[in-house]
Amino acid sequence: MIKQRKYIFGLFIFLILIIFLGISKGSAAISLNGLLHGEYREILLLRMLRVLAAMAVGCGLSICGVTLQALLRNPLAEPYLLGTSSGAGLGAIVALLCGLSSIFLPLAAFLAAVLSMFLVYFLARENNRIPATSLILSGVIVSILLSGLMVVLISTSPNEALRGLSWWLWGSLQVYDPVLIFIASFVVLIGFFIIGFFAQDLNAISLGEEEAIHLGIQTEGVKKILFFVVSFIVASLVSLCGIIGFVGLIIPHAARFIVGPNHKVLIPTAGLMGAAFMVLCDLLSRTLFVPVEIPVGVITAVVGAPVFIIVLKNRQKI
Amino acid sequence: MFLKAEKICGGYGKNRVIQNVSLEVSKGDFLGIIGPNGSGKSTLLKLLTRVLALEEGFIFLDGQNIAQMGLKGLCQKIAFVPQETLIQFPFTVHEIVLMGRIPYLKRWQTETRQDFQIVEDALKATDCFSLRNRQIDELSFGERQRVITAKALAQQPELLLLDEPTSHLDIGHQIQMLNLLKTLNQDKKLTIIMVLHDLNLASEYCNKILLLHEGSVYKEGSCEDVLTYQNIEAVYKTLVVVHKNPISSKPYVVLVSKTKSEK
Repeated sequence: MIKQRKYIFGLFIFLILIIFLGISKGSAAISLNGLLHGEYREILLLRMLRVLAAMAVGCGLSICGVTLQALLRNPLAEPYLLGTSSGAGLGAIVALLCGLSSIFLPLAAFLAAVLSMFLVYFLARENNRIPATSLILSGVIVSILLSGLMVVLISTSPNEALRGLSWWLWGSLQVYDPVLIFIASFVVLIGFFIIGFFAQDLNAISLGEEEAIHLGIQTEGVKKILFFVVSFIVASLVSLCGIIGFVGLIIPHAARFIVGPNHKVLIPTAGLMGAAFMVLCDLLSRTLFVPVEIPVGVITAVVGAPVFIIVLKNRQKI
Repeated sequence: MFLKAEKICGGYGKNRVIQNVSLEVSKGDFLGIIGPNGSGKSTLLKLLTRVLALEEGFIFLDGQNIAQMGLKGLCQKIAFVPQETLIQFPFTVHEIVLMGRIPYLKRWQTETRQDFQIVEDALKATDCFSLRNRQIDELSFGERQRVITAKALAQQPELLLLDEPTSHLDIGHQIQMLNLLKTLNQDKKLTIIMVLHDLNLASEYCNKILLLHEGSVYKEGSCEDVLTYQNIEAVYKTLVVVHKNPISSKPYVVLVSKTKSEK
């Protein structure tokens, strides 16, 4: 436990360093001194907002991944591979097409995320059981279908501005709506504490649902609350920055590798690592091919796909 | 009476598996539940632990109606060992057994020195102490079953329920597991209810046997009363001969294969 606290403290320091790096580096080479004093104040503000958005996204997706993996007892579960992100994305696009203001985006995304979760759940179900791989398979299929619908809606929209939304499919942290950033960060913060509150329950549930009942956990209630929280976090993050995949897979596994599977330490560790990872990925996305910015979802996918294969292969060994 | 079930019914939705079962268990009993596939053995255990809700009837534990007890309170008295546990995450043995203390912990509360002592005792009682830093997914079936039993003991239960705990084990590990249960039953006066497929193991280790047939009690009593060839042939629809175990002089059920029975 003491060793694990040291890891968390170390990660915290690491995150602060990464935040400084994320703010000081960018597509325009401006010295730190120039950022702080003088005419580049605007850029400093934009970068700070961007780093905040990246932290919220990284932390939120990672703790959602941890939660889903424990609830479904499936090490491959995460919002992107389960189609929840695409569901939220489609909901947000439909809301935009209907002309709703940005504050309602997370709500529309949330409804669609819950619907997509139900859809995937029922598609995967075979005689009251949910085989691990068929859950991921139906998640990916639903995800492809919903992304397709999003492309159709975006490209046939009469609204010129919406055509620019194709970045939604691969995610981008180029957000200029501070209100949305603050809403999403707030949702992630609250979600983090709720999920942390259920850390012990998640430990028990990761042994099996009946096992958890035998340890005195009200499994059905806990599951409902946590699926709700996860859907809400994913919905607000997707409304903010589109669909970013694999973060919810990579970070929980990396965190488990370092501090083990006990959710009391796993949740804060994954949150911190996810935040740092996302700021780093965003930094790469805007500095790798200046002046072109590659979507941040591409970077997470390039890192995430090999991790997916490793986890899948390891699972098959058991 | 320590555990008393009165005319309980329950099952899965419309499929009412258990019908009008009554049973009584005294403190220190080692009750074996036997019966053919689908006779409702596992369902009966699930009703006792409230994994399934009762549709009719009452279950009293130490005079308290279990439906009215808090779930955590119930789990301080009843612990359960399933047939097998597949754990996807690399928990260490110590972490798993420590989870047995969950029914005693409030939210945000961390385990005290006393909890760790109880866990250590449970690990030693099940011969798992040397495994404590190993990962659960690296262990053999037999070792894993002992760890799960240790977790159940860490709950400090008064009643231990087991659902075919030995069905994936070879005979050596079966006997090791059952000897462990016998020790707990005799030394710590732990009351045990166990579902078993193997009639002879049930006869050897249990002091009372409950024979289930199509969701109802067919016969309940001592091994000698229940394990008669008439009862077994009627319920299992198969020919058997009942002898005596030469060592323990408990009933010993011998199966009769088809070619012999036709002669």
